[in-house]
Amino acid sequence: MPHTSEVMLHVNGTPHRLTLDNRTTVLDALREHLRLTGPKKGCDHGQCGACTVLLDGRRANSCLSLAVAHSGARITTVEGLPRGTDGLHPLQQAFLDRDGFQCGYCTPGQICSALGVIAEAAGGHPSHVTAADGPPPGEPVPLTADEIRERMSGNICRCAAYPHIVEAIEDVAGAAVTS
Amino acid sequence: MTTSRERALGADTVRIEGPAKVTGTALYAAEHTPDGCLYAWVVPATVARGRIVSIDTAAALAEPGAVAVLTHENAPRIEEPDDPILGALRDDRVPHRGWIVAVAVAETPEAARATADAVRVTYATEDHDVVLTTDHPGLYAPETANGGYPGSRERGDFDAAYAAAPLTVDVTYSMDPMHNHPMEPHAAVARWHDGRLTVHDSSQGSAVVRETLAALFAMDPAHVTVISEHVGGGFGSKGTPRPQPVLAALAARYVGRPVKLALHRSQLPALVGHRPSTIQRVRLGAGPDGVIRALAHEVITYTSTIKEFVEQAATPARTMYTSPHSRTTHRVVALDVPSPSWMRAPGEASGMYALESAMDELALVAGVDPVQLRVRNEPSHEPDSGRAYSSRHLVECLREGARRFGWRDRDPRPGVRARGRFLLGSGVAAASYPVVITPSTAEARAAADGGFLVRVNATDIGTGARTVLAQIAADALHAPLDRVRIEIGDSDLPRAPLAGGSWGTGSWGWSVDKACRALRSRIEAAGGTVPAEGLSASADTTDDVQAGTEFARHAYGAHFVEVQVDRDTGEIRVRRMLGVFAAGRILNPRTARSQFIGGMTMGLGMALMEGATIDPVAGDFPERDLASYHVPAHADVRSVEAYWIEEEDPHLNPMGSKGIGEIGIVGTAAAIGNAVRHATGVRLREVPMRPDRLLPHLG
Ligand code: FES
Ligand code: FES
Repeated sequence: MPHTSEVMLHVNGTPHRLTLDNRTTVLDALREHLRLTGPKKGCDHGQCGACTVLLDGRRANSCLSLAVAHSGARITTVEGLPRGTDGLHPLQQAFLDRDGFQCGYCTPGQICSALGVIAEAAGGHPSHVTAADGPPPGEPVPLTADEIRERMSGNICRCAAYPHIVEAIEDVAGAAVTS
Repeated sequence: MTTSRERALGADTVRIEGPAKVTGTALYAAEHTPDGCLYAWVVPATVARGRIVSIDTAAALAEPGAVAVLTHENAPRIEEPDDPILGALRDDRVPHRGWIVAVAVAETPEAARATADAVRVTYATEDHDVVLTTDHPGLYAPETANGGYPGSRERGDFDAAYAAAPLTVDVTYSMDPMHNHPMEPHAAVARWHDGRLTVHDSSQGSAVVRETLAALFAMDPAHVTVISEHVGGGFGSKGTPRPQPVLAALAARYVGRPVKLALHRSQLPALVGHRPSTIQRVRLGAGPDGVIRALAHEVITYTSTIKEFVEQAATPARTMYTSPHSRTTHRVVALDVPSPSWMRAPGEASGMYALESAMDELALVAGVDPVQLRVRNEPSHEPDSGRAYSSRHLVECLREGARRFGWRDRDPRPGVRARGRFLLGSGVAAASYPVVITPSTAEARAAADGGFLVRVNATDIGTGARTVLAQIAADALHAPLDRVRIEIGDSDLPRAPLAGGSWGTGSWGWSVDKACRALRSRIEAAGGTVPAEGLSASADTTDDVQAGTEFARHAYGAHFVEVQVDRDTGEIRVRRMLGVFAAGRILNPRTARSQFIGGMTMGLGMALMEGATIDPVAGDFPERDLASYHVPAHADVRSVEAYWIEEEDPHLNPMGSKGIGEIGIVGTAAAIGNAVRHATGVRLREVPMRPDRLLPHLG
């Protein structure tokens, strides 16, 4: 038998006790064991972002995370985003409104990553393009288009919906700032 | 049934499957997991040429969870495929590195991969030849290039006209191989049941996959179903059947259980086609006014030893500009390399890179503005065929683009716009893509409750086909869009061509329009009400399409770009890209804009970062992941704008549309290279224009 472990994953608020091969990634645990098809496998190699989920509140490439190393973790996939009355999270709605995708394969990863970006900027994390004389440490960093492009660069879109993705994120980040 | 005509077409309509895609519920091929499904992993050849001497599967089969290893010795026999790339596991031959020599099947994905890794293959290697050179002794002139175009064309007396021309340009451009790399890797899930085969495949056209599987397994096609409901991009690489549905079906038959075979990203470069490198010599002989008198475009490229694929890069020169004396040729050599194939705008993307760069060089020699030079070389008829154009608004695209971009104030001098470390420059290039229409069938049904169902085996690889076909149907039916349901992406639906060659919407749409009009007539004949049992109508456009056309039909466009070049590092960044297109009637501005932008951005990749190498020793591509083969990422893509002009063309199809999926990539790399020349004074004649290629020239 392969070496297996008992792993507890809290996915979108539901606990799942799984017996998994120690080689199983969080991505494969979600896709092949829990049949959650939101997280996509684009490269299985940490280079495309299609598998992005929120792992204990932070965005992560689930293909690079072994499930056995994350027992007890709380995972949010695109299926588990809080929905408004119209059935969609504001970011999902913004992607629809802006046509922020074509084939849709990178889209759940883009959306989860964008959630992480908005939280990181609000939490005062600078990026490579944040000006040295920008907000003091810990203060929210305004999400300009350049900031979004820099912070989203781990999420590849071969259909190149990039300009529309940036607009969608700006819509939601801007609304978050003004509200 | 009282709504007026032409309401849905041309409207900014949100994608029908959009909600499913943003919530993660749209299922792509590998996301189907039938009960009892096993997992397969392919074993690629590690030599560039030779024969398999032995395959030792003992250690592999001892892996926990291993179920089987299929090799040419034990795999069920299949018929000889028309396309040799589907011939893996039929014999012991290894035609290139990465060729599939075995398929491991196991209970889990992890076990399948470990099983594959444990397979030991011994080869008798043979010398291999994978290097393209301009004097390769194996170069030959093919009868035809991809698309069925003649390999060579001669008009007038090029040599004499070129020798006599007051102005000449003689330049050679080269391109590295490029990979399609759609975000969804190729995958298939196959299941045999009651003598039938059902396959979920990541394909641009399930009809051909179905027919191919039926032929290989000697079955009645009616017993094979291939489903490609949602496809994560393809860009040509999923246009022809690829090995995964064949091997998944083979493995499923062997083990008697459903099998899922998802290729890994690292396996795509050798297995799903690529754009081959080209070496293109362009000679332009012109009068003092820059008007072309002689034009030669001579292309050298490679194919594999198992299949002739000739990137038709010399074909745009047959139609673009006035050229009383012309020579357009292809020469190709068969190397021991993975088979090249279709990648977005095969021929046009590559050929227009060279031709539109050479036009910029002619503009400099002639001292004519590059927009003006193209206007002066506008032909009255298609030079190669002598046919009239059904519509041609290249000049309007150039003028509109120049106006929007602010081209008029451009200082033509190179290397004079410094901003700190950066040099700025701007460039222009033209785009063109042929209009091709392929026969298609469709069916439309009306229900008594006022709802409609339209069935056509189209594929939506991200183009928005599902949505635009529903729009076409709604208008033809005189029905509101929300009463039209559409089914696509299943080979049990009425047969339709694959999504490729930018012909999808024009071809599928014509049959949808025809079926829906016929249905509307039936409803009217029934007194305007649909009986309880419903009404239906079918359409086949074979005769309509085969009636042909007396016109040369192409879409056109103009790209304007601004670049900045870092003088210290040689890094080129595109600050702004603006394209204006003339592509007939735009049926859905929202999805159309996304297509143009997507094509232009892939052109940015071609210009600056997308290049593979064929390792002369190993025999195939060392760049087998997205960290070594770079495609544009968010930070690479700043301002990209796409516009179009209203174009009426009655000689196309009932919708008046031209294809728009590929023209965006055509000419972009030339526009960027021309801008780099304007910024720096340096003319790079190879793409991608990586920093290491530019920096030595920056002094
Ligand atoms: S699949 Fe995880 S980063 Fe690509
Ligand atoms: S929408 Fe196709 S890869 Fe992003």
